[in-house]
Amino acid sequence: MSEIRTEDMVINMGPQHPSTHGVLRLALTLNGEIVEDVVPHIGYLHRCFEKHCEAMTNYQQVVPYTDRMDYLTSMNNNFPWVLAIEKLLKIEVPERVAYIRVIMAELNRIASHLVAIGTYGNDIGATTPFLFCFRDREKILDLFEKTCGARLLYNYMRVGGLSHDLHKGFAEEARQFIKEFRPTIKELNGLLSYNKIFIERTARVGILPADVAINWGVTGPILRASGVKWDLRKNDTYSLYDRFQFDIPVGTDDVGVIGDCWNRYMLRMREMEESLKIIAQALDTLPEGDVKAAIPKRIRPDPGEVYVRTESPKGELGFYVISDGSATPFRVKARAPSFCNLGALPEFSRGVMVADLIANLGSIDIVLGEVDR
Amino acid sequence: MGLLDKQFEHSNIIITSVDSLLNWARLSSLWPMSFGLACCAIEMMATAASHYDLDRFGMFMRPSPRQSDLMLVAGTVTLKMATRVKRLYDQMPEPRYVISMGSCSNCGGPYWEHGYHVLKGVDRVIPVDVYIPGCPPRPEALLEGIMKLQEKIRNESLAQRPQPKLVGELV
Repeated sequence: MSEIRTEDMVINMGPQHPSTHGVLRLALTLNGEIVEDVVPHIGYLHRCFEKHCEAMTNYQQVVPYTDRMDYLTSMNNNFPWVLAIEKLLKIEVPERVAYIRVIMAELNRIASHLVAIGTYGNDIGATTPFLFCFRDREKILDLFEKTCGARLLYNYMRVGGLSHDLHKGFAEEARQFIKEFRPTIKELNGLLSYNKIFIERTARVGILPADVAINWGVTGPILRASGVKWDLRKNDTYSLYDRFQFDIPVGTDDVGVIGDCWNRYMLRMREMEESLKIIAQALDTLPEGDVKAAIPKRIRPDPGEVYVRTESPKGELGFYVISDGSATPFRVKARAPSFCNLGALPEFSRGVMVADLIANLGSIDIVLGEVDR
Repeated sequence: MGLLDKQFEHSNIIITSVDSLLNWARLSSLWPMSFGLACCAIEMMATAASHYDLDRFGMFMRPSPRQSDLMLVAGTVTLKMATRVKRLYDQMPEPRYVISMGSCSNCGGPYWEHGYHVLKGVDRVIPVDVYIPGCPPRPEALLEGIMKLQEKIRNESLAQRPQPKLVGELV
């Protein structure tokens, strides 16, 4: 049979495809069922973020647009923006503000990872984990909603402060959530992580070696799953992350091999546990104070430029802001993790089956709002 | 058949109009196309998931336009995507309905003024039956929109079915 020559077929996957996590088009070159090449085509959700930053009338107005970049992790998107402008203005925020920001960012990290895990199970063919994950995500959204009034796009952080203080009883509710959520992780592990079928579909599939990952600028859970212990919360610490005790999980080779789909998936499960640790510590030491006291009335930073990067659930999210001394930024560049991570997809998807390509794509956990901005 | 099982002595006859029968059938199993564009798609997923449970409306996400009755335009429609949305709509079989979910697909939303790549309302490329405001609308709002659409279908008539019209043209 080996002498039979076949012709390659080019086929489009997307922009309307349930497994592309939005509006992504992949041009696949197929040899039978084998993927010879993948070319991602983006731009179906380009919403002109950088232009909006320059067009707004002040720096605070940009915050809701950062929300809509990676709409699963709005709190984590607000975070580098407010940090960047605070660095430009050279202002310090009150302790309480910093604590609340960390708590919110970590809660949102769990919510984002829950969507990633749930939809990944759905991509592979397991519907139940999706329902379980969304059930628990609703509990986090309820906490956010009570605090800032929104379920998905919070517009919560302000330059120098927060839009609202925590509602009464937040600490108890958050502790209750942590208590309820720990067994859920075990449940998900039993249901999906160590499920034989799931392991067969994901372990040893789409292996991304560490050096290739670094060359492509891959960050976040995908880089760590490839065995590189790189987390900006530890390596280039910001806000209050140096005060909390938590581990950086990296890929292991006990089930699959380092850098495969299973490790990328499992890393998110492990990160959720670490986030729970951070939230618990922050709740215990949460100081009192006024969250709106330090919000400047008029934001006109001195001319200069700043780059601030944070660890969003998808990877390194950074804002490069140039100020010309006026009330609006002269130029903003967003370094979006999903965009860089998507670039590495063809590297570990050449030579796999079409069904495994779905597993590869799901394991990167891209959000098209952030890829296209 | 449960409740109706063996309740009738002779062959079963229900007297109704064709319109009510067809409308009842259509509105009770609206199959939406699972087609997410942006942020609103996450709320659409949340509506379909365990907490809000879209299945109780007889709604079941279909991955193909050929099998769906309803298109939920959930998110920002960009100029690059607009032609694809139109094509997907054209691929759906009649009768087909469109719900525009969220400010972006209603009118451009927060990208209305400076969004050089954002379509200012999906009704410029496909006719819309129900508009749901919000950025993003809550799942309750989406359910309300779906119930409004069901109400609309309930009042349809085969004899004179109003065709939704395009509001503007793709500029």
